Amino acid sequence: MDEPRPPAASVVVIEDEPQIRRFLRTALEAEGCVMAEADTAARGLVEAGTRKPDLIILDLGLPDRDGVEVVRDLRAWSTVPILILSARVDESDKVAALDAGADDYLTKPFGVAELLARVRALLRRRRAAPGDEPVVRFGDVAVDLSRRQVTRHGEEQHLTPIEFRLLALLIANADRVLTHRQLLREVWGPSHAEDTHYLRVYMTNLRRKLESDPTLPRHLRTETGVGYRLVLEP
Amino acid sequence: MNADLDNRPNPDELLEKVQREEAQAARGKLKLFFGACPGVGKTYAMLVAARTALDQGVDVVVGVAETHGRAETARLLEGLEVLPRRTVAYQGRELQEFDLDAALARKPALILVDELAHSNVAGSRHPKRWQDVEELLDAGIDVYTTVNVQHLESLNDIVGGITGIQVRETLPDRLFEQADEVALVDLPPDDLLQRMKEGKVYLAHQAERAIRNFFRKGNLIALRELALRRTADRVDVQMREYRADQAIREVWQAKERLLVCVGPGAGGDRLVRAAARLAASLHADWIAAYVETPRLQRLSEANRDKILKTLALARELGAETATLSGPEGAPTLLAYARARNVSKLVVGKSLRTGVSRLLRAPLSDRLSALADDVDVYVVAHEEEARPTDKPVSMPLDLGPEPASKRRWASYAWAAGVCVATTVLARLVLPWFDLANLIMLYLVGVAWVAAQHGRGPAVLASVLSVLAFNFFFVPPVLSFTVADTRHLLTFVIMLAVGLTISTLAANLRYQARIASYRERRARALNDLGRELAGALLVEQIVETARNHLEGLFQSKACILLPDAHEKVHSPTPLPGHKDLPLDPAIAQWVYDHQQPAGMGTQSLAGAPMHYLPLKAPMRTRGVLALQPSQKRLLFLPEQTRLLETLAAQIALALERVHYVEVAQDALVRMESERLRNSLLAALSHDLRTPLTVLVGLADSLPLAGPPLPTAQAEIAQAIRAEALRTSTLVSNLLEMARLQQGEVRLKREWLPLEEVIGAALQDLAGPLARHAVRVDLPADLPLLELDATLMERVFCNLLENAAKYTPPGSQIEVTARQEGETAVISVSDNGPGLPPGREEALFEKFTRGQEESAVAGVGLGLAIVRAIVQAHKGTARAENRPEGGARFIITLPAGEPPEVQQEA
Repeated sequence: MDEPRPPAASVVVIEDEPQIRRFLRTALEAEGCVMAEADTAARGLVEAGTRKPDLIILDLGLPDRDGVEVVRDLRAWSTVPILILSARVDESDKVAALDAGADDYLTKPFGVAELLARVRALLRRRRAAPGDEPVVRFGDVAVDLSRRQVTRHGEEQHLTPIEFRLLALLIANADRVLTHRQLLREVWGPSHAEDTHYLRVYMTNLRRKLESDPTLPRHLRTETGVGYRLVLEP
Repeated sequence: MNADLDNRPNPDELLEKVQREEAQAARGKLKLFFGACPGVGKTYAMLVAARTALDQGVDVVVGVAETHGRAETARLLEGLEVLPRRTVAYQGRELQEFDLDAALARKPALILVDELAHSNVAGSRHPKRWQDVEELLDAGIDVYTTVNVQHLESLNDIVGGITGIQVRETLPDRLFEQADEVALVDLPPDDLLQRMKEGKVYLAHQAERAIRNFFRKGNLIALRELALRRTADRVDVQMREYRADQAIREVWQAKERLLVCVGPGAGGDRLVRAAARLAASLHADWIAAYVETPRLQRLSEANRDKILKTLALARELGAETATLSGPEGAPTLLAYARARNVSKLVVGKSLRTGVSRLLRAPLSDRLSALADDVDVYVVAHEEEARPTDKPVSMPLDLGPEPASKRRWASYAWAAGVCVATTVLARLVLPWFDLANLIMLYLVGVAWVAAQHGRGPAVLASVLSVLAFNFFFVPPVLSFTVADTRHLLTFVIMLAVGLTISTLAANLRYQARIASYRERRARALNDLGRELAGALLVEQIVETARNHLEGLFQSKACILLPDAHEKVHSPTPLPGHKDLPLDPAIAQWVYDHQQPAGMGTQSLAGAPMHYLPLKAPMRTRGVLALQPSQKRLLFLPEQTRLLETLAAQIALALERVHYVEVAQDALVRMESERLRNSLLAALSHDLRTPLTVLVGLADSLPLAGPPLPTAQAEIAQAIRAEALRTSTLVSNLLEMARLQQGEVRLKREWLPLEEVIGAALQDLAGPLARHAVRVDLPADLPLLELDATLMERVFCNLLENAAKYTPPGSQIEVTARQEGETAVISVSDNGPGLPPGREEALFEKFTRGQEESAVAGVGLGLAIVRAIVQAHKGTARAENRPEGGARFIITLPAGEPPEVQQEA
């Protein structure tokens, strides 16, 4: 897409490994961002507080503090998007951080292209005023949120109330990862936070109604072990 | 008072009811066909009931049914499965016995065992058939059986009194009381006599006349009444239990407790039976106690054995038994009664009459004089002990008894003391009055009594009187007495002397009892202390053995179970090879948690006594003892001591067991922690540089002036290799974790579609040049899987397919449910697998082609199999007949939870 380049976004990177900071700086500056870096959680929180960044990239394996706690601290006063960097063994930490309010994650090792795609998506979300577009489109599906109407190839698709609520929630958080817990809590209520099989069955139904190949979904993506993500433009 | 509160059942009773119901649920049910005498048709009734059960589809087997050659009854056996009897050779004859082991192995739902009171041939596992039946019930098998009224233990002597025939085969009343059902088989006496005349009643030939005598009409009427009454009592009890269950209840009664005092008399058994009946009718617990007084300690061996037998009978009839000791019977009994909260005392009536009765009041009178809070019941005809019984050693083995030599020495001492006193008295005579000399003699008697016991003291008393008379009473040096007043002096002197001797002897006895008790307490204490310090099973076994051998003068051996629940002696000990240890009995004891062997009800003929070591959690082993003297082990006191020791040993074994368990757990936890932190560190330390490599290679083109094509390609190659190394590291770490078998599955119910979808999404790059077809039935149920691991399974399979087939090949994923399993296959139309190596592919570091250009180390399929097996599934590979490879995974289907669909 050829969007007009937005004013330079400021990014705070909290990561203890200098070489990773180094290539992040190269990549982010090539993308036109201004990057500030911190090698500890304490310094990172100071940077985040003083610079009011548009995005925070946070490594979960910091030497001085638990990454999940850092997310909680940030969320106490800020809605800034948070992108988490994690190793595969920190699977449960990753989910905990997302539950605590982080927006997306990358598993090490990751490529620069992957990183920049996530960064762009998060910055775009940040800039877009929420809820100003009553009709959302992805693939051959159009969702009219105000009229609660879903069409595919111009033909109306009947969704049950729960399916619609699930879809609306994914649209509201498009391009973000939503954890099982977050989805269950919002759609079914807090008492169902552990009934993941409900969520999975309904997601399967949604895919069958909205995806051209439900076993190879393009938009309603599975984040295994974490949750789901609606990708508007794959 | 609140009415609700009154009607609420007693919590103890409720608990009792629950326990009763629980015990009954696990046990088989016992149905008794109960009759007044042989010939009323019990076996017939039992077989009819069995046929009804068979018609209802119950698995019925006939264990024993005595048809006595009668066609009517034999006809009923047709169509029923009859268990073959066991043939036992006994004294040159071959006898047919019920085969308990065959019955247990066959394990039918219901078994018929005729004649419950039957005594088994010596050498059978149990002496009595009712014990076989108990074992059947314990194994959860229902039993139908027959009983005649005269076989009930507590009615035995009554029936004997009526008919004049003593029946030897008896069974404990509790079997009758605890039977789940009792069916009374009744026949009026006239009909029975008629049947007898027609020859329809079987009579054993050898005792025909005696039995004819038995079948007199008067007898039959009395027996019938007994049977009817006993059944009525049972119904009454059931009614009361029903009332208790339903909380129809006016008052709560404290549970009664009865104490019966067993003496050495001939009527002991009778007294105990009477007490058992009384206890049963009062619904009371009961205790049989025997008081060892100094008077009774002089009883003969035979008499003491009789008391032990009486106590054993009491235990058999359901009593708790106790041996007490004290200077006097009545106060000791009363103190015990009060301590145990006993409300009723039962004693035998003394046969003593006349003067002896005046001299020494019977026990019942002494008790009633002392007891104002306890009822005393007197049961007729108990002969009291004759103090004239030959004196012998003490019943309790209280250490070394004075040997006969020492006994003579004691008497010599007694005489010597008299001589010395006389000499001394002679010397001091000028200064003292005659009366004072008597005091000197008494001092001598007291000393002899204290030092040498009763006999020498009596001798000293007599000698003192004679010496005093001969040497000091005028006329001196003659036994004649001038002044008749001196005669009174002699009598008093003798009486005082004898009293002193008795008192002193009693004191000695008490002191010895006390020291015996102290020794026992010390033994327990010592054992407890040593066991508490033991850290190894071997230490416990050794400590226990040493103490037991000392305390019971027995050879002891402890058998411990192995992993397969088989008990054996842990270490062959020197000198124990010759122990007549029977492993089969030990195993039985371990399995049934009941003592067996010598001195018990089971296999009493065995030369050793076997005791289970029961700890709170489970039985920890078997203790086997070979006593040098049987009596040392089977006195109630000693039995209790042994039980206490066994419990202590079992506790110590259990403690050590849990120490080991805790240590194991600690070591495991520690090693797991170490491994996990090692893996985490490895993973972090390897992944960080790889991330840097990938990132730097990626950012190279972004950094400065655009790279020339060649350099850009090098950067791409660096990136690709770094990513490949990362995959390899992931696989190795994953395999390491799976290999420990300690991967905790995070299983959730999920649609297979989603897992396969996620894998395809991950592999979009490698699969771009292949045609993938996914064919999953829409109604495939949810499977309980660890999503992350299972995605890895499909990733590996699809990646393999992509790697080992040429571009443009077809890859197909299908799934279907087959009964309890879901079968998933991933197949391709590529070159297929090397034939014969299909299974080897799943081994670690194994690849299809040894030196292939395709990258990989051959961990992929090993991981697939490890993950699938962790899900209790299977993974295999095959070549498709039409060409290409196929990988097949099966997973258990389980029972997925309901998902309510919206309208």
